[in-house]
Amino acid sequence: MSLLQEMNERALELGIPLGVHLDVTYRCNERCVHCYLDHDDHGEMSAAEIKNVLDQLAEAGTFFLTLSGGEVLMRRDFFEILEYARRLQFNVRIKTNGVMIREPEARRMRELGVEQLQISVYSHRAEVHDAITKLPGSLRRSIDAIRFLKSQGLKVAIANVLMTANMGDHGGVQALARELGVTYTLDPTITPKIDGDESVLQFRIPPAELNAVFHNRDLVGNVEEFCAPPPPPGDDIMEGYPCSAGHTACYITPYGDVLPCVQFPLASGNLRRQKFIDIWQNSPQLNEVRSIRAKDLPVCSTCSHVGTCTRCPGLAYMEGSMRGPSTADCEKSYQRTGILTANMLRKARPTAPLVQIQPVAV
Amino acid sequence: MSRMSEQYIARSSAIAARMLGGEMMVMSAVDSTFFTLNEVASVIWQAADGHTPLSEIVEHRVCKEFDVVPEIAHRDAEQFVRDLTLHGILLVSDHPFSDVPHRPVTAP
Repeated sequence: MSLLQEMNERALELGIPLGVHLDVTYRCNERCVHCYLDHDDHGEMSAAEIKNVLDQLAEAGTFFLTLSGGEVLMRRDFFEILEYARRLQFNVRIKTNGVMIREPEARRMRELGVEQLQISVYSHRAEVHDAITKLPGSLRRSIDAIRFLKSQGLKVAIANVLMTANMGDHGGVQALARELGVTYTLDPTITPKIDGDESVLQFRIPPAELNAVFHNRDLVGNVEEFCAPPPPPGDDIMEGYPCSAGHTACYITPYGDVLPCVQFPLASGNLRRQKFIDIWQNSPQLNEVRSIRAKDLPVCSTCSHVGTCTRCPGLAYMEGSMRGPSTADCEKSYQRTGILTANMLRKARPTAPLVQIQPVAV
Repeated sequence: MSRMSEQYIARSSAIAARMLGGEMMVMSAVDSTFFTLNEVASVIWQAADGHTPLSEIVEHRVCKEFDVVPEIAHRDAEQFVRDLTLHGILLVSDHPFSDVPHRPVTAP
């Protein structure tokens, strides 16, 4: 077990929110077609309020802090917030589109000891990337930002979200990442908007493309291992937790709402009215999330994929039940292994009509 | 015990650190090296304010809080300081530091 895994185990045992994702704004200079947020300011927390939240998180034991948005640099006081976070000795990661990062911003981030920056790149072709972000010149500016950050010695990762508009371009983005000397990560999941609007799901890549991604050695490494049938689940799996949301991690909106995860819009408290530690320890919503073990999932506990599925309880919640299946993850398990999930089998089973009428033989 | 000169130690600002269940977790922002410090090492780390001599930290904190022979405590503390200095997460000088580093936040 690595030191990091040990640390996670320990945080789980002690009930410590080791990792927190804080969106400092939902405002953004891009208008990505698949984005799960609106981009208006509904009364985001001031710098003073955010600093108070950071104090509370440090007291609660949070170590990993992800600052994201929206676009973090849309806040003129972003560096004030970042400096304060580093003074509290958080390990800070920043998610950004990089459009507003030039040499001075990159230098300041290095001086402040930012651990890593994640920059979204949708395609190596400007016409595709810029059509997704709806910001002309955005690919060039994001690539410039990566170069500025790299020249400061900062660690950068390209996040490549796959959707219908760019599904053929992951090879090109991967090559671009290699050329820039940065890490490449691919995410084939488009999530509903945080308000539950599912219109963006039209951009999800089709099943055949998902299948091709999962069987691409350049993306997954050892295909046989990655796509192997799931082993029978043991007791440890059935007694296990679905993911870290609400256990060692949580999400905070720019308005101070605390949720189990950015993909799990279950309002659990608000930092303008409550102390973070009170929400974390006593919120009925977070306690309910924490109470769920794999064996408690009515459909998924009967599924052969239960031990290997990437089931997201947040996506399941948005589909109707945090204990239910997440069909996007069912599809992933199926495309990865070729084995139908319990949820798929359930849906395929013909059901008898409630009222049956038989012709009477005369 | 005689020493050639006093050592002053200060935490680097290029680190992330947090106390977790009695042990200090420290990660270097430079190379992402990750350390956990045991209780004794955590006491030295927290006392590394740039102004208190290492010998005083060992005598007044380590030897008082833990059942340890002073000779061994001094030897181990010096080794600990050497190790962390090599990774750039602890700074050492034979003069007090002029810029006082930020105090680490302690959590449960």
